[in-house]
Amino acid sequence: MRDLTLRGGFNTSTVLLGTSLLGLAAGLVGAVAMLRRRSLTADAIGHATLPGLAGAFLIASAVGLDQRSLPVLLAGAAVAALASVAVIQWLARQPRTHEDAAIGIVLSVFFGVGVVLLSLVQNKAPKGSAGLKDFLFGQAATMLPGDVYTIGAIAGVCALGVLLFRREMAVVCFDRGFAHAGGWPVALMDAVIMVLIVLVTVAGLRNVGVVMVVALLVIPPVTARLWTERYHRMLMLSAALGACSGYIGSAISAAFEHAPTGAVIILTSGVLFLVSLTAAPKRGVLASAARSVFLRLRIAGDHVLEAAHDAGTSRLDRHGLMQIAADRRWNALFRNAVILSLQRRGLLKARTPEGWQLTPGGTGRGARVARTHELWAEYLVRRADIAGTHVGWSVDQVEHVLDAETIQRLETELGGHVHARAQA
Amino acid sequence: MIALDPGADLFPLIAAVLAAGSCALLGNYLVLRRLSLMGDAISHSVLPGLVAAFLVTGSRASMPMLFGAAAAGLLTVVLVGAVRRLTRVEPGAAMGVVFTILFALGVLMLAYVPHEIDLDTDCLLHGQLEALYWHDAPASWGEALSPAAIAAAPRQVVTLLVTAVAVGVLVGAFYKELRIAAFDPSHATALGVPAGLLHALLMIAVAATTVACFEAVGSILVIAMLIVPAATARLMTDRLGSQIAVSLLVGIAAAITGYLASFQLPGVFDAQPVNAAGSITVVLGISLTLTLVAGPKHSVIARMRRRRSIAKTITSDDLLGLLYRAEEAGEPGVRFADLRAIPRLTAAVVPADRAGLVTHKDDRVSLTEHGRRQAASLIRRHRLWEHYLVEHVGLAPDHVHDQAEKLEHIHARPDGDTPQDPHGRRIPPAPRGNH
Repeated sequence: MRDLTLRGGFNTSTVLLGTSLLGLAAGLVGAVAMLRRRSLTADAIGHATLPGLAGAFLIASAVGLDQRSLPVLLAGAAVAALASVAVIQWLARQPRTHEDAAIGIVLSVFFGVGVVLLSLVQNKAPKGSAGLKDFLFGQAATMLPGDVYTIGAIAGVCALGVLLFRREMAVVCFDRGFAHAGGWPVALMDAVIMVLIVLVTVAGLRNVGVVMVVALLVIPPVTARLWTERYHRMLMLSAALGACSGYIGSAISAAFEHAPTGAVIILTSGVLFLVSLTAAPKRGVLASAARSVFLRLRIAGDHVLEAAHDAGTSRLDRHGLMQIAADRRWNALFRNAVILSLQRRGLLKARTPEGWQLTPGGTGRGARVARTHELWAEYLVRRADIAGTHVGWSVDQVEHVLDAETIQRLETELGGHVHARAQA
Repeated sequence: MIALDPGADLFPLIAAVLAAGSCALLGNYLVLRRLSLMGDAISHSVLPGLVAAFLVTGSRASMPMLFGAAAAGLLTVVLVGAVRRLTRVEPGAAMGVVFTILFALGVLMLAYVPHEIDLDTDCLLHGQLEALYWHDAPASWGEALSPAAIAAAPRQVVTLLVTAVAVGVLVGAFYKELRIAAFDPSHATALGVPAGLLHALLMIAVAATTVACFEAVGSILVIAMLIVPAATARLMTDRLGSQIAVSLLVGIAAAITGYLASFQLPGVFDAQPVNAAGSITVVLGISLTLTLVAGPKHSVIARMRRRRSIAKTITSDDLLGLLYRAEEAGEPGVRFADLRAIPRLTAAVVPADRAGLVTHKDDRVSLTEHGRRQAASLIRRHRLWEHYLVEHVGLAPDHVHDQAEKLEHIHARPDGDTPQDPHGRRIPPAPRGNH
């Protein structure tokens, strides 16, 4: 608890601040990257820094610099990262290479070059190469105030970049064709997005490692996407989720011995994702399950009302209901739920000893459903060339989802025929 | 001369070739379905599977490890599918969500394993082809290539062999179905091909291959083996059958070349051998780069050639048009001095002369009979397009020339015939026999 409120000592506070800022920047940039369908670019960039690190190490030792000095290694990583981005952009423009292949190619081939260079490093200076690995896997627990300033500066640049170009980025991400035609700076925005990803990746690499940078760039945006359909809200929510993951995750890992900070941060954002996946209002699993239950109930209720209409009565007795339930294979629970939902929608009155009485609304609805059924059946026979004996099933499915406009059109086109047939 | 030692080189070579072959086969479908990064996702997310296998069995025995990894790989595939369906985000993001969380779970489990597990992360990442050493191998190749080698084969090689055979059988048996499903899953479903089931089978194969390969070539480099041969082959051919064949060739050739280069090349400079799997990846990268730059059809150079030949045709057309319009104005040709103002047309004179379209003498370029016929049909196209743009597209007559200037080079003309263009000029009639 002390850790959560920045009172857990200087080191813990440093890590908390650093990871929150990184989460903020990654969430913001990742949201744009996801919309641009470039979520895994960071993965490629992260792995592609290996040849840069090893190359910088080799060059530094050849010219007599300190091979393990931070600026030298960071410069190498940044050069390799920018090169990898340029190659991804170029490959994705080639006629036969899609973006996913471009990312995979750069990720693996650059890493292969890095592995070869690394074996040269190990042959030359067996002890010196140990520090290189921390760049790839990260050591969040050893974050220093200097690192936090760097991350803070980078987070500021990212926020500024996304803020300045948010409109341009939205157009480029959502509709490239339109952006091209409208003269929006498509190539420039692509480059800006990629550079921001590079910034976040290189900043995160040393502190938290490749996989965690990818996680922070990917998971918060996907989570935010579950909650909102609006661009600006998604950007803000994603940044907030990233910052929260970093903050809560490093606080939890500080409270337990041995807990690896990076992994705990990823798992925190994973938990936030799972909670959202379950509970989000529109795209969540619960919400969509509820929607499908309500739809099934509504359709079943329509069947009941339609059956009453077809029988020419405004009363539903127990026998009739059991008949419908048996025909449609409803179990007792579902049958009761259907009746309950009809009553709650004011289409059916409370039960009497003779059964249920349809309200005027219920009778009207039954007549409308029956009419739609006939119209659609007529349409299928006349316009879609389906045999009259075969239309039943399809009509049963479709009649409930036709919108008012379609019904209106069918009514004008085919209303006469249906009427004639009904009378015949 | 390349000197190979059976003990050091036999099994690494076999392993490299088998890994490259099975990866290349599957990679074709991953690249076509735009799931290139599935290998990446799987190779990261096997970590919890490995740790779980260790926790359950308490040993580093390889069969349980392999089983745990394959189970985690399969779980990844299922979860990625579920996240994609539920969140409707792009496949890359869905993969990213799943593999990072699983990887983190693995790291966390690793931190709380009672005894330090000695999982060699170097080996997982970079692969250790060189470790497949045959200790008591016979000294000569003649003796080494014998049943004794089969008995001595390390487990990794056996696993790779089984995987390669299984992948070969899968792709061979369902070739047609996989092909339809790769290009158009909904069409496949409409035809009664179970596209979903095939996709699941393919993904299981990818998971198993990734796991089988990464002991030998490492978790990152297996991604190169999956994607790069197929991406290279796709630049060379337009047919799936030949694409698969080319990818197999590229993969296997790169495996052998890369392996040999890993110690032969540094040997030249008296340096230590480099990591063999890394070297294979570099060779794959080089072959892809060469194909991109200089390969047939889709390469940079091939496209440049096509553009240049189109540019030549256009220049030559422009020269013919100029001369024809001069003749219409009553000039029997154009003087070189006047042509010099447009350098690209000057340069087109000699090739056009060679093609028998123009002649030049006395400082004057003029059309031959053959050239005049071509020029007439060009001008006809130009003016018909102008007519079309004014009549049917509704552009103003003074705005259509630039459009027509581009359209005239396409050997198609708009429907309809008319004797006069919007500027009142005569449209040359269609040559007899055709339009």
